[in-house]
Amino acid sequence: MSAKSYGLIATFETTPSVYHAAEQVRDAGYKNWDCITPFPVHGLDKAMGLGRSKVPRFSLCGGILGFTTGMSLIIYTSYFNYPLIVGGKPYFSPLFAFPVSYELTILFTAFATIGGMLFLNGLPMHYHPVLKSDKILSGMDDKFHIVIESSDPKFNLAQTKALLEKAGGKDIQELEA
Amino acid sequence: MAAHAHSTAAQPAILNEVKPTPFPRATLVENNRSFGWVTDKISGIIEGKTPTWWWVCFVLACCVASFTVAGITYLVSTGVGVWGHANPVNWAWDIVNFVFWIGIGHAGTLISAILCLLRQKWRTSINRAAEAMTIFAVVCAGIFPVFHVGRVWFAWYLFPIPNSNDIWQNYRSPLEWDVFAVSTYGTVSVLFWYVGLLPDLAVLRDRFFKAGNKVRSFCYGFFALGWRGSNRHWSNYEMAYLILAGVSTPLVLSVHTIVSFDFAVSLLPGWHTTIFPPYFVAGAIFSGFGMVLTLMLPLRAIYGLQDLITQYHIDCMCKIVLATGTIVGYAYGMEFFIAWYGANPNEGFAFINRAFGHYAWAYWIMISCNVITPQFFWFKKVRENTSFVWILSIFVNVGMWFERFVIIVTSLARDFLPSSWGYYSPSIVEIFTFFGTFGVFSVLFLLFIRFLPVMPMAEIKSVMPQADVHGHDDHGTDALAKAHH
Repeated sequence: MSAKSYGLIATFETTPSVYHAAEQVRDAGYKNWDCITPFPVHGLDKAMGLGRSKVPRFSLCGGILGFTTGMSLIIYTSYFNYPLIVGGKPYFSPLFAFPVSYELTILFTAFATIGGMLFLNGLPMHYHPVLKSDKILSGMDDKFHIVIESSDPKFNLAQTKALLEKAGGKDIQELEA
Repeated sequence: MAAHAHSTAAQPAILNEVKPTPFPRATLVENNRSFGWVTDKISGIIEGKTPTWWWVCFVLACCVASFTVAGITYLVSTGVGVWGHANPVNWAWDIVNFVFWIGIGHAGTLISAILCLLRQKWRTSINRAAEAMTIFAVVCAGIFPVFHVGRVWFAWYLFPIPNSNDIWQNYRSPLEWDVFAVSTYGTVSVLFWYVGLLPDLAVLRDRFFKAGNKVRSFCYGFFALGWRGSNRHWSNYEMAYLILAGVSTPLVLSVHTIVSFDFAVSLLPGWHTTIFPPYFVAGAIFSGFGMVLTLMLPLRAIYGLQDLITQYHIDCMCKIVLATGTIVGYAYGMEFFIAWYGANPNEGFAFINRAFGHYAWAYWIMISCNVITPQFFWFKKVRENTSFVWILSIFVNVGMWFERFVIIVTSLARDFLPSSWGYYSPSIVEIFTFFGTFGVFSVLFLLFIRFLPVMPMAEIKSVMPQADVHGHDDHGTDALAKAHH
């Protein structure tokens, strides 16, 4: 075990127990902490005091960029770069350019959404103290965990451990950094 | 009752007697299974020894897939003339097969996107396999338009890159819209599928690591991107998933709409109709759900997934097949009505010819499979008989293939000028290439069920009653039981 500790991890058996424990950790004023759950537990965001996700901002930018890309591509190619009369139709009309721009809007939105999600989550990150712990196996299966990082300004080994115990956490361990 | 009466004394007594009963929701995972059971069951499919039936099917599927490889090799080395289409039927099996396979894919996106937006929780057990089906169907679909261009090495002419004379693509053409629609559809389907897979890949990474299988743990771990079930991650993940569902919904509707524009934007009798976009979309969902049933029922039986794909799931899918099949039947009737009511003699002839001309056999196969078959699903007894449902689902797929055949071939074989009428029959190369794609599809699907979780474990767990932080599912049978006490 290295000297440096990443923080404490506590195990909870059920969703209500982790939910109520998260409320207590939030109310105790901790900032650098997290819940590890095998599936998204509904309501846990509120219990952790998390705000609304920022992913939609990325999606909106992606969508606008996609639509503009489609429209500009068609305006540029058929109006400026090589104006060519096809079937007596106008060089450019937003109507015939719409299907392509529409599809590009969706394509760019999808990429921006996933890129934004990965960026906000700091993924890919193939090393993390939680992944090194044996707890991750049950954390991916059917148990729930709360991790409080030692980098938190309020972190105090004894007090934090007491808080987690009071909140119903079992098998509290230190995580190796 | 009397104990409660004084608290609501202001209300008439009858209101205490008549209470709205919560609508009972079917349980999505039967037999009170635990979270751990779900993980073991689904991961177990991948972790266990490769079953013999899998090898038998895989070898068989590879043999069938080689027909496509052989057909395409012969086509490219000889020329597109080896396919049976020629004047006046210049689009034939190639476009029939393309539209057929693209349509198959639609149920996957419908299940994962539209049902997600509509909060239909029963989608969770079937969405992974249905999305895989979508991707593999798009792969099969892509083969046909790419090779029917003739000189396939010029297929890049379709991409928005100016050719050697600096001429750009014709963005007025629905065929160019198709390129964007189908390639976007393929890409977004893969992205959606991959995002859904992330948490489950992490599960497999950790299970293989514990089992000491370093190679497989590394492979799953590489693609899991270091997922660790953090709730801060889940928060962004769920939002991203919802937005992907939100953009995939108009995507799935637009793709088959644009495919239908290939026909509707022309001036050919039988193609040039405004009903095409909704009619094609309904047909695509109809055939897609047919294929989902065809694939899921054997999968459920082989792997014993009855607790996860319950009778309720099958019921829901049958009802969608019934609804979309009835829409398709309505569209056939409406096409005929408008052909008569529109008083365009060419249009009228095209439809009379479809029903009673040289291709009447195809038309009546289409009607029997697509209009009559789904009507069986009105009956609960039929929906409960899985073997019968499975057989009917195959009829749906056959019928939808014939629908595309009827639309494409009958209109081209008898267009405006009797001097240019003809009769089309496929060449052996065409037949082989098409049947081979079922092999291509099966190979991909078999690899999928062997190496990836066939159901989204995280999502299934999140719809189980234990997942509710308030201790019970508000809409479940518990609430119903309480309401009666």
